[in-house]
Amino acid sequence: MKKKKVDFTKILTIVPISFWMLFFVAVPLLYIVFISFMQRGNDGGIVYTPTISNYTRMGSALYVKVFWDSIVIAFVTTVFALGFGYPFAYFASKIKKFKIVIMLLLMAPFWTNSLIRTYGWIVILSTSGVLNHALIITGIIKEPLKMLYTYGAVMIGMIYTMFPFMVLPLYNSIDKMDRAFIEAAKDLGASRLKTFRTVTIPLTMPGIVAGCILVFIPSVGLFFIPDLMGGSNVMLIGNLIRNQFLEARDWPFGAALSIVMIFLSLILILVYVKIIGKNSDMGVF
Amino acid sequence: MESKVLRRLERAYVILIFAFLYVPIAIIVIYSFNATKSNVVFSGITLDWYTALFNDDDVITALINSLTIAAISTAISAVIGTVGAIGLERQKFKGKGAIDLLIYIPIVIPEIIMGISLLVFFSALQMDFGILTLILAHTTFCIPFVLINVKSRLAGFDMSVEEAAMDLGASKFTVFRTITIPLIFPAIISGAMLAFALSLDDVIINFFVSGPESTTLPIKIFSMLRFGLSPEINALCTIMLLATFVVLILSQVTKLKKKKIE
Repeated sequence: MKKKKVDFTKILTIVPISFWMLFFVAVPLLYIVFISFMQRGNDGGIVYTPTISNYTRMGSALYVKVFWDSIVIAFVTTVFALGFGYPFAYFASKIKKFKIVIMLLLMAPFWTNSLIRTYGWIVILSTSGVLNHALIITGIIKEPLKMLYTYGAVMIGMIYTMFPFMVLPLYNSIDKMDRAFIEAAKDLGASRLKTFRTVTIPLTMPGIVAGCILVFIPSVGLFFIPDLMGGSNVMLIGNLIRNQFLEARDWPFGAALSIVMIFLSLILILVYVKIIGKNSDMGVF
Repeated sequence: MESKVLRRLERAYVILIFAFLYVPIAIIVIYSFNATKSNVVFSGITLDWYTALFNDDDVITALINSLTIAAISTAISAVIGTVGAIGLERQKFKGKGAIDLLIYIPIVIPEIIMGISLLVFFSALQMDFGILTLILAHTTFCIPFVLINVKSRLAGFDMSVEEAAMDLGASKFTVFRTITIPLIFPAIISGAMLAFALSLDDVIINFFVSGPESTTLPIKIFSMLRFGLSPEINALCTIMLLATFVVLILSQVTKLKKKKIE
């Protein structure tokens, strides 16, 4: 037999990280998969009898609506964030003078507590809030409008919260782009629109896709924005999952909902890898 | 000239969007100094809400909890993340691909999934929900940020310096202490700062793994918001904003310094 020397450096550098990731990431997720096929006990516990009823239950109209609403809200959020974010990132990257300041201004909302940023909008939109006050003073309206606890308020909250996640990868990819290509296209007689469509967009595609994924995936799960800004009018998958775990105590069903949500995210990430290739981070670190 | 007008319009658009991003934050900060309870009419400057905040035992407990959790999980994730980055960058072993993949999971899956999976996991182990479960959960989502930061730094540097030191008779540990660590130090610091900011700001995971005795600042803010608006919330949010901005600016400064050295 070959004698193998024990490599202590190897053990020391590999074991802690592997152990932590297996124990706190892999095992809990596998356990979620496992209990999604179990039944709920009468006392809110888990009964270990296999079933697929947690998955078939999602076919009911009530849950289909929640899924549909979540996907629509996430999609609209993504479209708005991209629509406003792309020109913003593009124009901002042209300003070279205060680059560090602009970078900091872009990053600060990204790292700011989303609860606090949501709160800012609650202050603005509430019935006795800043916006109603301003509209009444200027004589545009007589009675305060109900702006908070509406679908629109949830949309604003979502777009506002997710906007930095779109802009940061966009800014990074636009900033990295070699502008010589654009000059070349112009010299060769391409119109502005054509240059943008055939040169700029493909060159910044990694940022576009990364931004869309970073916005779409979390917006399905941001349960506290519908809670705080939508009253009880809007329900997302995130709210539904949260309720199963913290209120209804139906863990198996909550687990099954989570698995579906993970699949949704994985599909999107596969799309990202397919379009962009493996060796690119999402440009946000 | 056409292009000059266009450029002005572009600038105006950039400023408008920045306003959209910052006006809600500015409103919170401004009204935290308002002399009356109103979030609309500004009637003079006061620090009363800050005084009230510091006399509120619940808030102070939540602040201490949040800082303790952030400090400990940052420290653990800095050590495990750094050591792990060295291992994953330089060693080859069975199952390396799986570990590489697991590192990205806390970043790419929705936070709520991390939250519920740890909730179910901790209760299966019959652990009491509190500071310990919060630290374990925060460390888990902080490790990847440190690790990826340090790993990309390691990938960029010249191994021949280390080999030279070994040829000159330095032990493995000496090389690690006097060459590797100083080279990756800026990456460790900026990774750790981001981890600290993330831990302080986390809302969703706190929701699932905190117990009744371990309220953190975000949970406290959430429950205050449900009871209605008060200027104390403005003051609390302003303090948290300040903390985030300081950490962010410091981490950017270390990053810039690092670039200058290169």
